[in-house]
This record gives sequence, structure tokens and C-alpha cells, in this order.
Amino acid sequence: MKAEVKISRRVFLARSALACSGLAIGVAIPTAANATETGNIRSDEVNAWVVVRSDDTVLIRIARSEMGQGTLTGLAQLVAEELECDWSKIVTEFPTPGESAKRGRPWGAFGTFGSHGIRDSHEYVRKGGAIARELLVLAAAKRLRVHRGDCRANNGVIIHAPSGRRFRYGEVAEEAARLAQDIQPKEFNFDSLVLKSPADWKIIGKPLKRLDTGDKVNGKQVYGADVRLPDMLNASVRRCPVFGGRLKSYRSANVLQQRGIEKVVTIGDDAIAVVADTWWRANKALDNLDIQWDEGPNATQTSDAVDAMLREGLSSEDAVVGNRNGDPERMFDNTEQMLEAVYAYPHQTQAPMEPMNATVFYDGHRCEAWVPTQDGEKAFQEVVRASELPPAQCEVHKLIIGGGFGRRGHYDDDFLSQAVQIARQVPGRPVKLLWSREEDMTHSRYHPVMHCKLQAAISNQGQLQGLRMRLCGQSILAGARPQLYARFNHKDPFVFQGLNRGGDASIGYGIPSLLIDYVMRNSHVPPGFWRGVNINQNALFLECFMDELAEAAGKDPYRFRREHMHEHPNHRAVLDAVADRIGWDQSAPEDRYRGLAQAHAYGSYVAAACELSVSEGNRVKIHRIVAATDCGYAVNPAQIRRQVSGSFVFGLSALFMQACTVKGGRIEQHNFDTYPSMRMAQTPEVETIIMESRADTWGGVGEPTIAVAAPAVLNALYRATGKRYRDFPLSKHGLLLV
Amino acid sequence: MIRLTVNDKEYSLDVEPDTPLLWVLREQLSLTGTKYGCGKAQCGACTVQVDGIALRSCVFPIAAASGKKITTIEGLERSGKLHKIQRAWIEADAPQCGYCQSGMIMATVALLETTPSPSDADIDDQITNICRCGTFQEVRQAIHLAAADQD
Repeated sequence: MKAEVKISRRVFLARSALACSGLAIGVAIPTAANATETGNIRSDEVNAWVVVRSDDTVLIRIARSEMGQGTLTGLAQLVAEELECDWSKIVTEFPTPGESAKRGRPWGAFGTFGSHGIRDSHEYVRKGGAIARELLVLAAAKRLRVHRGDCRANNGVIIHAPSGRRFRYGEVAEEAARLAQDIQPKEFNFDSLVLKSPADWKIIGKPLKRLDTGDKVNGKQVYGADVRLPDMLNASVRRCPVFGGRLKSYRSANVLQQRGIEKVVTIGDDAIAVVADTWWRANKALDNLDIQWDEGPNATQTSDAVDAMLREGLSSEDAVVGNRNGDPERMFDNTEQMLEAVYAYPHQTQAPMEPMNATVFYDGHRCEAWVPTQDGEKAFQEVVRASELPPAQCEVHKLIIGGGFGRRGHYDDDFLSQAVQIARQVPGRPVKLLWSREEDMTHSRYHPVMHCKLQAAISNQGQLQGLRMRLCGQSILAGARPQLYARFNHKDPFVFQGLNRGGDASIGYGIPSLLIDYVMRNSHVPPGFWRGVNINQNALFLECFMDELAEAAGKDPYRFRREHMHEHPNHRAVLDAVADRIGWDQSAPEDRYRGLAQAHAYGSYVAAACELSVSEGNRVKIHRIVAATDCGYAVNPAQIRRQVSGSFVFGLSALFMQACTVKGGRIEQHNFDTYPSMRMAQTPEVETIIMESRADTWGGVGEPTIAVAAPAVLNALYRATGKRYRDFPLSKHGLLLV
Repeated sequence: MIRLTVNDKEYSLDVEPDTPLLWVLREQLSLTGTKYGCGKAQCGACTVQVDGIALRSCVFPIAAASGKKITTIEGLERSGKLHKIQRAWIEADAPQCGYCQSGMIMATVALLETTPSPSDADIDDQITNICRCGTFQEVRQAIHLAAADQD
């Protein structure tokens, strides 16, 4: 009998999930108190999103990963807005993927990439907050034996208006939680809850401080690299430096005599790890194993060979069309002026400050991992796969991440898989695998290498008549998501990011004849998601070439762009905003030069303008950056500004100083001495303009701005030096960012 | 045995003399606020104070720390009160991922000891840590806030 009730309840929950905008879904209220079947539900858990403690502390559960981008705070703001709670009483917690699986995914997707955090979950997390509030109000009304309609919630207090009686949330939380389990669908239709109008928002839209700062300034924040468990071992790993190579031989006898060394283990056929009491001892011992590699078929690969392959693809016939209109085959037939340029974008690595790591406990019956991951659910699947245990015997604990930038959005055959395989060889004791920085840089999932040939026809009046863009390079999808790639019929649509005809990531120019196509050429270097993904190179190619075209047309680059943006008012608005703020129409200060660029990606329109000077022929100083972002609703303007200004550090580090080059099949850069990153002195002040919100629009913030950093600077650099740089990083041309 | 003082506590340690101070702090003393970022004194995430001087502990052998006074991020708080630099960091809402911030704060401690009211140029010269999130604008603001705090 009891079981039947549960089943019908699940049906109800499934239906209510479906009814909610097709999102899968965070409106499920707790199903039953039977922890073995439905997870560990606390008695003060109002619903999956909200736990209210008797001291009125409100615990909000956040499924997405926090890696510095501030989504933890932004998502909590969304829940708190509807919950009508006291913001000063909020704490947060990551639900575990195992718990999510047991409960039927009440928190929706965990994946944190593609600037998805807020733009994809704003509706269901707000509903989660609204339902919790409703349950708290109902519980108070029930206790007072009054109509719910006479009660209202405000700042963590429920007030019965006629009598003035009030309850704090903490006083009725357990009743609300019980109510959630007793209530019948017909009694209350949660889907009928109306979310607050933006005009009534009190927490969304406020420049609130982050919720996770306290422990980040006193050393108490525990990152994955800091995890310590009782009886824990430490491991350091070395994988064949040539991608695709294998471990041939090693000698462990001497190492096993050394102090603290527990075990030497192999992982698959291409890696070896030392397990020791401390990481320092494990890592040092790797040098004494006399490891011999069979470097395999890629041992002679070089960046030059990869580049040659991509150059060939620029005129190959096997192209996939991404965007096309007009008559691009005949666009040069009667043209007044034709222009052509070839750009090339190198491999790069994300190099988050916290190197890759995972701590795993395995004892043959259970496998648990503590891992900084951008997708807890994918990490969970990987633990299940690598441990060969049933999902119910596995768990993943997410941690605050010391930088992700896409690197921690990879799972297959990566650091977590390695950690599980090591743990299986020391059963019964937790083991923390921490990659050295060298391992991190030489076994990343790299920004794809891409070349682009651009050809354009310009009319007598200086109008762009036709544009052809031929992209040739690596497909992230084919390399990193082969199943998804197959679902797209072996065509990677994401290579056209920022160049699409409409929808998200659209091109901002109306051009009578247009052909943008792509030839896939994959190198042996594994590609991956790198903050901004394909918009980085596409915006650079297009926006630098637009400057070249403006010059050929004898026009100002800002005006020339605008002449082609009549049908793209949102792209144009951000461009106008930065041009206005930097004073494009007034001349720049002496010896300073300006450039600008715009792009559209992750649901947001972005633009940048910069002002720089060049001294001694090669010393580039960026004096000023103005950036505009139109992300629709700006959930937390303070954190948006931080994402935007940080984007220039990420994007300009890449432009000036970062490339992962291949020699002998392996990545040549091993650490920050050969793969530098911008420092304080090189970082310009960024003025951020947050555009007035477009209604009903939720755009991403973490990534889009990176795409405009490089082209804005390159366009200014041309004006300063008279040189068009078309391959990167700029350090290879002797340019220094000072 | 190597003797040293960390955050006013004395320790006697039996570790290999070439072990970097960073790994002694993290693995022998459980002081994990000091971070590993590169192991080559490039990024500054491991910055601590050794006898009042900011050093990158990932390349500083423990043998050289013998008899010295070490201060780590965990040692800045005094009788439950945050150091003014930590307070400034909170005020400026400076950290993003936060992983580099211990080192950034420890480098700032040294900067303000020699240069109590640093100019932007002083900050540029002496704060050379890497932050991949790019929090430099807020860190600069936090340093100025801390310098202005007379506490």
C-alpha cells in the first residue's frame, strides 16, 4: 500500500516536471522520508533547494559548480528572491550527484560550462525558491488555522496580516517539510505559482558580494588539492608525454626502498604513478623510475606539420557549410576590390591555478570521489565506469574549484579516471592524485588549432558585397564528445560559433553574399573546451578582417561596421556603447591608438574598445579598456564586472604570450616560465558598461567578453604599428605586453 | 631534526632537508592555505613570510628554514580578528576562484611593511603573482583600501 502511494507520487512529480517549460527540473518536492530509496532527506528540508534551520539559517543547494565565476552567489540570489528570505542568513551547499540520481534529478543539470549557470536554470531555481516559500507560508497558516491568503512572507518572516501574528521561517520549517510530503497534487498546484515580476525584484539585480569570500582570504577554503582524509595516501602521475604513446618499461626497486613510498602502479597502458605518504615524496620518486616510453606513431609530430595540414585544408573541397546567403560563388565576378587574408590560432591550455586533482576511496564495495569538476554528474558517471561498481555504491563530492575555464569539463580518460584506477590498486585507503603543473600543461585538453582564410569583395562605394570565410582546424566535438558528434551527423555545428545566421552566437553584419564553411583537420593533440570555446578565434578572424576591409574601403572601422549592422541592432548597441565611452569621435591622446570589436555568444552581446601605445617598437602598453555587455537581466552587476574585467586577463594573456607548440609529438611548454600569464603590471583598467536589461532575456557572462579582447587590441595595434599580425601569440613577433 | 617556528608555534620536524617549505607546511603541518601552483617560483600561490620577507615556498628547502620564523595565511588573524589586508580583501570582494589569493595576500603583507602607502607603480613592481581569473583590478583596490586602514 505504501509502495503504491510512492509510485503515484512519482508519477505526479514527473508530470509536474514536464509541465514546467520542458526543463528537467527543480520543482520536485521531496518524495518520501525513506532514505534508502529516495536519498537523505533532512527533517528541516523544505524542498530540494531549501533547508531552513531552527536558527533561521537558510541553506540553499546549488547544483552548478563554483570555479570563481560567481554562479553560486547568482543562483542563490535567484532562489532567495522567490523565497523572500533574509539574505544575511544564507549559506550554500552542493548536492551530490549520487543524491541527485537517487531523487530523480530534482536539481536538474550539474554541468557548468558554456556560461549556462544562470541562463539555463533561472526559471527552475526560482520556482524551487517559490515552492519553498509557499510551503512555509502554508505551514504557518495551518498552525494559526487561518487562510493562506491572509498570510504573506517577507525577509524570512510570515505575517498573518489581520492579527499581526508572525512566525520566523525557522519556526515552521519542519512543518513545511512534513506538509510537502503530505500535500496532494489536487490540493495545491505548484505549477500555478507565478514568479515575481522583475519590477518587484529585491535581490536579483543587486551588486551583492560573493557568498564564498570569507574562507578564501584566511586559508580555510578546502580545494580538491587540500582534501585530507584519515589514512590518506598521495599520488603523483606521469603519462607518456607523446599523445598516443605507451609505457614501455620502468624500474621501481630503488624507489620502493625510499622513505614513505607505498606503491608504484601503472594506469592503463600509458601512465605510471607513485603512491606515497606525501605528495612531495611521490612526485620526486617519479624521476627515479627510469621510465621508458614507446612514443608511438605521433613521436615525430610538430606544430609545423599540423600547420601544413591546416593550410592544405584552406583550399580543400570537403567543407561543411555553416552560413550562406546570396551568391558567394560569383561574388568576385564584377567586384571592384578584392581582399584576402589568412589568420591562424594556436593550441592553448587553460592552466587554472589549481592543478588537476581527485581524491578517491575504493574498497571493492564502494567508490567515492572528492573532485573539483565542472560537471558533477559526468564525474559520477566516470567514477561508476572506472570503478565498475553499481551507481548506488558510488558517490562524488564536489568542491569549490580553483579555476576551471573548461579544463574541468572533461572526464573521459582524464585525471579522475586515473585517480579511480590508482585507488583500485590501494583498496581500503583514500588516495589523492594531484597532477604536477608539468603534467597539467602537457596533458590538457587544448584550445583547438584553427586557420581561417577570409576573402571579401568591396564595391566602389566601399560597401562589403561578399565575404567568404574558410575555417580549417580541429573539432572539439569530434575529439572530446564523440557521441554527441555522431548525433550531429559527424558535423560539428559549434565551429561556427559567433558566425551563425541568427539565434545565439550570430554574426552581426548583413552581407549580400556570404559563405562560411569549415574543413575538419584534427591533429593528435586532444582538443577541449577553453573559456569562450570557438568564439575566441572566430571573433578574432572576423573582427580583425573587418578592420582590414574598412581600411581598404577608406573608411573608419567603427563607421564601416555600423554601415553593415542595420539588421543587427543588439550587436550595434554594444559597439556604439564602447565607441561612445572611449570617445571614438574625439582624437585619442598623443601616441595612443584605438581599436574595437564586437561579438555575440552565450546569449549575450559584447563589445570592447581599447587604447594603447607602443614604445621602442615592441613594448605594448594598454592604457584603457572599455567593455560593454548586454546579457539581458543582470543578476549581479558587481560579479558581471569582475567576469568582464577578468576576461581581458584571460584573453590578452592568450593573445600576447600563450601557445602550446608541438615538437617530437609532445607539448613543449611545461610551466608558467614558458607559458606565461598576465600579471598586475600588465593588466589594464577595464571600464565595464552593463547595458540596460532586455526583458525576458538571460545571457551568459563568464565567457563572451574574452572573444572581443584580442581583436580590439589587434586593431589598435595595427594603427600603432602599421602591421597586421595574423598568427599568435604576439610574443613570437617580439611584441611584449608591459 | 629541523626546528622552525610557524605562526608562533615551534616545530621539530624529521623530513628530508630538500623538501620545499611549501610541502612541509601543507603535508606535515596541515596548513593547506598556502597553495601549490607551479613548483618553480613562477606563480606566487605559495608565498609566505620567512623572517618578515616574502618568499615563494615551493622552491625554498626546509633546511634553509631552520631556526626561522614563518608566517602563513593562517597566521595573519590575531586573536580572532582578521588582518586589515584580509578585511580589505573582503571589502573589495576580491577573490574569484580564490586559489591564488593566499599568495596574493601574503605578498601584500610584505609590500605594506616596506611601503605602507604604495602607489600603483609600487603595486605593479611588487605584486607579481599570477591570477588566471584576472582579479588584479579588485586586488589593486584591496591593497589601496588596506593601506588606507590605519588600524
